[in-house]
Amino acid sequence: MPITSRRMLMLAPLGIAAAGGVGFYAMLRGLGTGTYDPHGVPSVLVGRTPPEFSLPPLEGAGLPPLASTDLQNLEGPILVNFWASWCVPCVVEHPQLMRLKREGVALYGINYKDKPEAAMAFLTRHGNPFQRLGRDDPGRVAIDWGVYGVPESYFIDRKGVVRWRWAGPITPEVLEQDVRALLRHYA
Amino acid sequence: MRRLLLTLVLLVGAWVPLALAVSSPSEMLPDPAQEQRARAIGRELRCLVCQNESIEDSHADLARDLRRIVRERVAAGDSDAAVIDYIHDRYGDFVLLRPPFTLLTAALWGMPVLALGGGLVAILLLRRRGAASEPPPLSAEEQARLAALEKDAAR
Repeated sequence: MPITSRRMLMLAPLGIAAAGGVGFYAMLRGLGTGTYDPHGVPSVLVGRTPPEFSLPPLEGAGLPPLASTDLQNLEGPILVNFWASWCVPCVVEHPQLMRLKREGVALYGINYKDKPEAAMAFLTRHGNPFQRLGRDDPGRVAIDWGVYGVPESYFIDRKGVVRWRWAGPITPEVLEQDVRALLRHYA
Repeated sequence: MRRLLLTLVLLVGAWVPLALAVSSPSEMLPDPAQEQRARAIGRELRCLVCQNESIEDSHADLARDLRRIVRERVAAGDSDAAVIDYIHDRYGDFVLLRPPFTLLTAALWGMPVLALGGGLVAILLLRRRGAASEPPPLSAEEQARLAALEKDAAR
């Protein structure tokens, strides 16, 4: 047996181990930078229009309710935000929503499994960023959208197609990096 | 003794959630056959909150809602595949505890075959090499030397 192929046989496991190491390193790097999230549930809604729904308004908020027909033929892109007063990350996210509102971005809210009084109190205390607000107390519309936790946000272009989904709070970094780029691109 | 007691307590503790995780009677369908089917379907679906449990095993609110939807669909006369499709349409491949065979998951499903096939090929190669490296028979000259040596040794 020629010596070169024997050496090859010895080096093959090393090569496989090296390839595995590179893959593992890439995975760890992705975890660090946030580009790879093994727990993230990718949304099937991206590239599609949202499912049909019609939600009642939040009593006392003085905001029009939300239905799927409100998400068609839009004047500009909008952000649909699923939130609840009992959700702590929603408090973290709220200042960013208020900032988007001040900048003139249209935000539609869906209040998920919440008591009307508690939701009202939340908006009174932290401010209301929404132009429309629907109440999804049974959480069925959220399931139709593929929501698996609050807060969750969906960016919808003027044609009514979902272009981006963010599961978790919109932090200042997400606002600057992702939302701004989307707003520029789909303006 | 104390440690044994602690172990026992922990063991019992570990069993309690298992007993509770089974859906409460109020959630169950009145028809036992349908309930059985709903459970089998639920065990195929991942709880998206806890992620390593099926919706049948999970205590998460969302898992309870999904269990209810599964039972609704089953009671409405949907086939097992239709019920799973209903949830799959909303949450994608991630919700399936048994990932489907696609281009992306080909490596995952193909790995056992690859590993087994690779092992077989390696064994075959090694065996063939073993057979090939058998030394050629001794020449007449070598045989004469060997016989001489053996004679020397016997003396």
